[in-house]
Amino acid sequence: MRAVKGDQKTRIALTLNGRKLAAEAEPRLLLSDFLRHGLGATGTHVGCEHGVCGACTVLVDGVAVRSCLTLAVQAEGREVRTVESLAAPDGALNPLQAAFRDHHALQCGFCTPGILMSFTDFLSRTPHPSEAQIREVLSGHLCRCTGYANIVAAIKEAASSSPASRSDAEEGDHPERA
Amino acid sequence: MMAQQTKIRRKEDASLLSGRGRYADDLPVPVGTLYAHVIRSPHAHADIVRIDARRALAHDGVWTVLTGEDVRKLSDPFLAAVKTPVQQWSLAVERVRYVGEPVALVVAESRYVAEDAAELVQIEYAPLPAVIDPVAACAKSVPLLHPQAGTNEVSVREFRYGDTNAAFSRADRRIAMTTTFPRLSFTPIECYVVVAQHNAAENGYDVTANFQGPFSMHPVMARALRVPGPKLRLRIPPDSGGSFGIKLSVFPYIVLMALAARVTGRPVKWVEDRIEHLVAASSGPNRVTQIETAVTNDGRVLALRLDQLEDYGAFLRAPMPGPLYRMHGAVTGAYDIANVDVINRVVLTNKMPASLIRGFGGPQLYLALERLMHQIAVELDLDPLEVIRRNLVAAQKFPYRAAAGALYDSGDYLRAVDIATGGGRLDELKRRRAAARAQGRAYGIGFAAIVEPAMSNMGYLSTLMSKEAREKAGPKSGAVSMATVNIDPLGAVTVTADVTVQGQSHETVLAEIVADALGLRPDDVEVVLELDTAKDQWSIAAGTYSSRFASGTAVAAHMAAAQMREKLKAIAAKQLNVLPDDVELAGGKIRSRSNPDNALPFGRVAATSHWSPVLLPESMAPALSETAAWTPPELEPPSRDDRINTSLTYGFVFDMCGVEIDPVSYQVRVDRYVSMHDAGRILNATIADGQIRGSFAQGVAAALYEEFTYNEEGAFLTGTFADYLVPTVSEIPEVEILHYESPSPLTPLGAKGLAEGNCMSTPACIANAIADALGIADVTLPATPRRIHALLERAGEAGER
Repeated sequence: MRAVKGDQKTRIALTLNGRKLAAEAEPRLLLSDFLRHGLGATGTHVGCEHGVCGACTVLVDGVAVRSCLTLAVQAEGREVRTVESLAAPDGALNPLQAAFRDHHALQCGFCTPGILMSFTDFLSRTPHPSEAQIREVLSGHLCRCTGYANIVAAIKEAASSSPASRSDAEEGDHPERA
Repeated sequence: MMAQQTKIRRKEDASLLSGRGRYADDLPVPVGTLYAHVIRSPHAHADIVRIDARRALAHDGVWTVLTGEDVRKLSDPFLAAVKTPVQQWSLAVERVRYVGEPVALVVAESRYVAEDAAELVQIEYAPLPAVIDPVAACAKSVPLLHPQAGTNEVSVREFRYGDTNAAFSRADRRIAMTTTFPRLSFTPIECYVVVAQHNAAENGYDVTANFQGPFSMHPVMARALRVPGPKLRLRIPPDSGGSFGIKLSVFPYIVLMALAARVTGRPVKWVEDRIEHLVAASSGPNRVTQIETAVTNDGRVLALRLDQLEDYGAFLRAPMPGPLYRMHGAVTGAYDIANVDVINRVVLTNKMPASLIRGFGGPQLYLALERLMHQIAVELDLDPLEVIRRNLVAAQKFPYRAAAGALYDSGDYLRAVDIATGGGRLDELKRRRAAARAQGRAYGIGFAAIVEPAMSNMGYLSTLMSKEAREKAGPKSGAVSMATVNIDPLGAVTVTADVTVQGQSHETVLAEIVADALGLRPDDVEVVLELDTAKDQWSIAAGTYSSRFASGTAVAAHMAAAQMREKLKAIAAKQLNVLPDDVELAGGKIRSRSNPDNALPFGRVAATSHWSPVLLPESMAPALSETAAWTPPELEPPSRDDRINTSLTYGFVFDMCGVEIDPVSYQVRVDRYVSMHDAGRILNATIADGQIRGSFAQGVAAALYEEFTYNEEGAFLTGTFADYLVPTVSEIPEVEILHYESPSPLTPLGAKGLAEGNCMSTPACIANAIADALGIADVTLPATPRRIHALLERAGEAGER
């Protein structure tokens, strides 16, 4: 492990959505701030900065984490995936995103990226979850607009129809990165 | 028109789902932007003895530290709706009056540096005794928040409609109760964001903020900054991460960051964090209501008396005390009650200032009114539903003028109630209650019937002035809604409007409305809703609040599109060689009605004003941009006898639910919930139900979970999401949504508001069900396990005596 000094900026290199990137950051910088303001990936949102609301959830090496409870230096050398990676390069939504649209599972959309990333991870490991399992994972996120019912419906549909979630499980990777 | 039952595809969604939203903190800032951090009071009430910022100013990267003294020199106090000697600035001056009150602002090259430097600012306070309880705050002997006001009870108004005393003297029974509505917010997941710039050469401010309106606050901000309105350019980003009323209260920070930009000569950005948001952003006001009714033995309400004491915290910010007056004309709710006396009292305490939150006065009123209706049934040994039914405004009375002045535009309340309770729904609830009770479980049924106002009369607040003062100040009334339809050089259509985006799908619905009028598909219409006060159409009523969209801006868009359509028909008539009356717009074409083959593409006709204006019919102005301003005449100023039509449209909501209380954990579980809505004509069924579900979740939150709590010394006890309990998916029960449509005769679209109803009805409905389950009258919200336990302990002790 590399030693870093508290008051000095350090170069942090990571893979963001399949692209190798690097930027300078203080060791105390949160991963959420690094992604948004250091790397320009503003799709990840910050809602509470104390790990409750889930809006800032991203994948680090395929596992959902709260980027507000993670330091940027902890992502050094890792693969980080954010909401910007989900749609195809031509903008076509993936099955999970499309299910959210078809079920009116978002209103203001601020909490949505975190929920999408949590379930990108979860559905890759559990392609055919029960509704209770979906609700348990979703209970790690706060949404103030929808009352949640349509989010549950969207995830159920995505889980039942999405080949992408299964291919994620098999390959552990995203087609975009191939 | 286009009530769509099929799955919709919102125009908003593709971007939001792809991380391509443009929320306030996502937007690029000018090179050289500085970042601000607010230092807040740890005391509920204290004099500021000394602020020493020298060490902070010596810290690398720090540009300035502003204090109340700077703000007092550079700005004027905020104008308020109620004239009192109380002054409020964007930072505390001389004294702090609530935990979390902004005391100083550190401006530095980064947010992290600003927070480091904040720890170096030394502030010495001399603590004062705090006043927290609103009833106690009215006593003579308590400390005053604002000694110059001479009292904490800064506004008291009495209203009399009909002959309440006579009704009380002839009634069979009097029934009274006291309800308290808690403090809460709906905490949007995106907090406040402000980016302010100052151009010293022009003494002009340019501010981007996720402010939600109403834009009646724009002159308040401009006056505080001592500039004419046009010198405060306010821009609202295209996306906002929820608001629910809360983002009105970003306005003091808009002024504060504007001053910081002026002092530093640099753009200044501030992003509120969650801890700041919970402690000091905004709260709905808590209210203590004493309500009393004169009834006949068969449950007919002859008269009401309400004494409403509303706690606005440390300051009465404009446009407060809105929640006390927004419902005023409709204070009798869904009931036909001719006699009502109201006392409205405003008290200040050492809590964060209260302001707009979704429901805005409705939850407080209906908790009192609907708990009373339930209690009437209990005391007269009647069926609670029957008491509601006997008092509802009858269908043949519409349009109905309520005692305090509201003009209920349409409805058939009894019919809506019958539909909701029919279909075996109520029978099933009763079966479930009987089965649970047979096993010794605590199960109750509750009802609530409410009127849901939409599109506020901007003059309603003047009801709190005496009629003499109103006459002196000049009439205030009405509400303007504005929208513009534009045509580009290839005939493509764009729409702008006077709303702020917060997730209500305005882009989708406006596209549907305008496309419908122009014979296009919604995908053909671009809607751009970022608002810029320097360039867009707006009035003081602009913004997204008080459910003004369906009855207001949607109508303006419909009118603007109709204006454009009529012009295009005249232009096409000349090109098609037919009379304008024979022209129709359909399927992307403009064509002869009698000979549809005689047609031109929409874009070709629409582009005429760009490329060939000489071809326009004589005396026609080019059809490039049509703006409509909709201002319904029914929103009259308060009458001489204090009657006020507070809103334009009045929907109806009837809820019923069954709840069960766990005998071990005392958790209230909502077993079944049915919500019937008459919101006039539904513009888009999917979006309507989405709004209702969201409102319902917030109603459940208010009933069972969320509360801002303070201890007796004024310490704030709910400063994180671990203490302030926002419901997750596990806490929100299923709701069966029903609709009954009584189109409003007062708007061309017939649509009413529907996004606030359950914030108003659900807390009362659940409280009634808890009262029924436990056989008690005193239900305090939120009905947490701890409260339920205490209630049962008290009831048990009373039973033993």
